Amino acid sequence: MRITVQEAPFDLGAEANAFAAGRMDMGAIVTFTGVVRDLPGDPLLAMEIEHYPGMTEAALTDIATRAQERWYLGDVLVIHRYGRMAPGEAIMMVATAAPHRRDAFEAAEYLMDFLKSRAPFWKREITANGASDWVEAKDTDEDALSRW
Amino acid sequence: MDVLYFAWVRERIGLPREQIETDAATVNDLVAELRAREDRYDMAFSDLGALRVALDQQLSDFDAPLAGVREVAFFPPMTGG
Repeated sequence: MRITVQEAPFDLGAEANAFAAGRMDMGAIVTFTGVVRDLPGDPLLAMEIEHYPGMTEAALTDIATRAQERWYLGDVLVIHRYGRMAPGEAIMMVATAAPHRRDAFEAAEYLMDFLKSRAPFWKREITANGASDWVEAKDTDEDALSRW
Repeated sequence: MDVLYFAWVRERIGLPREQIETDAATVNDLVAELRAREDRYDMAFSDLGALRVALDQQLSDFDAPLAGVREVAFFPPMTGG
């Protein structure tokens, strides 16, 4: 398992290749990447992400550990950035490796669902019109946890 | 104990962390003490339904006891991913 919280951009291809390398017993690698999305109507200049150093790493490790207990996984990777990023930049990625695809897909979804509302990150959107608003958590994100 | 604030809670209170001497038995008691201090605290804690609390970096509840706790953090619902 690798959990990385960093300000710097990461290379999705290099990370995915490194994650997949050297394992002969994993038939399925799933990766998910979250990307800063531009807003319709009021163009997004930047997204800023604040986090809680210490708790962030602990929460991500806890979520990944629970995924490993629940599914048959060879490995789990979570990279999440903080700080300022532009539209189109990758915010975070998860990767799961499993012998079979169902475990890899389900574990990746589980990781994303919990990471969205149980890892201490807060997003703020800065738009061309001068708005600078904290992104509000959605009820649907909380509801998504109940299926697990 | 250390009390930390994040996102708009930090902005409303105007500082990221502070040390507080308190005999508060629960998080709710600590919130009541803070709200009595100044308007900016009162405003930040006016809707506890819009807030989350962590005790020693573990998500917790407002009725949780504070005995032995060294670090309390208040923040809005998280928006990771």
